[in-house]
Amino acid sequence: MATHSGGLTTAPAPAVRITSLVREFAGRRVLDELDLSIAPDEFVALIGRSGSGKSTLLRVLGGIDHEVTGYEELTAPENVSVVFQDARLLPWKRVLDNVALGLPGSDAEARARTALAEVGLAGRENAWPVELSGGEQQRVALARSLVRDPELLLADEPFGALDALTRLRMHTLLKQLCARHRPAVLLVTHDVDEAIALADRVVVLDHGRIAADLRVDVPAPRSPGTARYAALRDELLTLLGLDPTAGTVPEPADPGASQPTDTTPKNAKGSDL
Amino acid sequence: MTQSTAPPLVAPGDPPPTDADASPPAPASTERSPGRSTARSARRSLAGAALAAALRLRRVSGLIAVLLLWWLGSGQGWLGSTTPSPGSVWSAAVELVRSGEYTHHLGVSLERVGKGLAIGIPLGIALGLAAGLTRAVEDVIDAPIQAFRMLPHLALAPVFIIWFGIGETSKTMLILIGPIFPLYINVLHGIRGVDNRLVEAARSCGLSRWGLTRRVILPGALPQILVGLRQALGIGWLTLVVAEQTATTSGIGYLMTDAREFLRTDVMFVVLVTYALLGVLSDLLVRLVERRALAWRRGYTGR
Repeated sequence: MATHSGGLTTAPAPAVRITSLVREFAGRRVLDELDLSIAPDEFVALIGRSGSGKSTLLRVLGGIDHEVTGYEELTAPENVSVVFQDARLLPWKRVLDNVALGLPGSDAEARARTALAEVGLAGRENAWPVELSGGEQQRVALARSLVRDPELLLADEPFGALDALTRLRMHTLLKQLCARHRPAVLLVTHDVDEAIALADRVVVLDHGRIAADLRVDVPAPRSPGTARYAALRDELLTLLGLDPTAGTVPEPADPGASQPTDTTPKNAKGSDL
Repeated sequence: MTQSTAPPLVAPGDPPPTDADASPPAPASTERSPGRSTARSARRSLAGAALAAALRLRRVSGLIAVLLLWWLGSGQGWLGSTTPSPGSVWSAAVELVRSGEYTHHLGVSLERVGKGLAIGIPLGIALGLAAGLTRAVEDVIDAPIQAFRMLPHLALAPVFIIWFGIGETSKTMLILIGPIFPLYINVLHGIRGVDNRLVEAARSCGLSRWGLTRRVILPGALPQILVGLRQALGIGWLTLVVAEQTATTSGIGYLMTDAREFLRTDVMFVVLVTYALLGVLSDLLVRLVERRALAWRRGYTGR
């Protein structure tokens, strides 16, 4: 069941407004009449099992996917930046030039320097990407995205390839950067804790539709110890098809693994079309 | 370079030693830390210099061994009576240089190769780029180019002499044809091999089609393009040998045919060594370009 966001009525003009978005790959519906809206400077986390259409939605919004099957409304800002799971830095450009890539204006280099300093990499401007660690590379990617002052920041599991400690550091960094630049953010993740730690709102995607849309109302230091945190976490895990009471779940298991195939109802629906 | 215009937002002590999955490669300097005592550091730098000298020696040791064997073999008669000794080849070379013949013929040959490559290399690159960047062009030109590629272009020599006469044109044309194919193939495959994820990321940074080509696709294809260039130069020299074997009165190839008439094997060897040196020199040139242009790579260098 698709729930509409409450933000629609309160925000003056949402940064993103999508209604009835359909995307099919060879007849298989990956996004099925999807509705979503994101307010300016709102941080939305998008979670769902593998194959639920998270990355597809992000690629549509990022303008990377040009073959949308259909939609009623699809509004996204002009200025969108994407952070991928891998840093995707150009290996033949030094770190500074990677950040300044495609930046217009004569102050491009100065802005790139500032952005690098913001992510804590001042002094590494002239390094080659291969000389950086995975976490540092991802920080460069973050700087490359934010230096463009995007109205919408899209992040596709940006910390998925990092170790747990680095991931926590990156969470703090991302939160601080978003507080400063105030873009609307759509963060795709499979990590429930990451979603709760960072987002204003968590949207659960299932079979190409929004299955739930929850506001994160956990008070400020969102520590996993609080009751509200635990309740929200359990709710999200249940929505992902996991039983939070079954054993100890310190780490959310790979959601895709617990439910390997979700094709049965979809195929039936797809063949009707 | 260390100016910071904004305060870093990262928690103090963040420069993370822990998030390393790709630790920065150690600098290739022999001195890893400032020596504690000057004596020790002096000894270490001395040892470093000795090691560098030994490595350099190792690199030329094979060549020296070949020369030594040649010298020994010709002296002892192992190589037959028709093989000149390195000494007689050297004196033949000195004589040729002194008479001005060598410089003249070498100049003519260099001009032929230069002209041929000056047209052939850009042509091969242009064809590769056109096919690599535009699917429609590839569809049209790939099949004929592949067909021509299978034809040994050296077999065209007699045909070119009939078409273009026995003058310089037929020679230049022959040298021009050879390098086109390795460049075409390597440029095309270099472009096709560029990581699409990088293209996607760069496009999301707002790069135009031209910017994408210049900053992402061409640099990404460059390693492969340089491989093509090395092959092209090799083929250029090879074609020169064939082009100068018939219908000519100048060039180092002529020097060789002429020497054959008088059984001057020492002169023939001078030419052979010249071919080898020219090939090595042009390869070295491309490698220098490679080292500069591909400094960002950290490839496996062997043990």
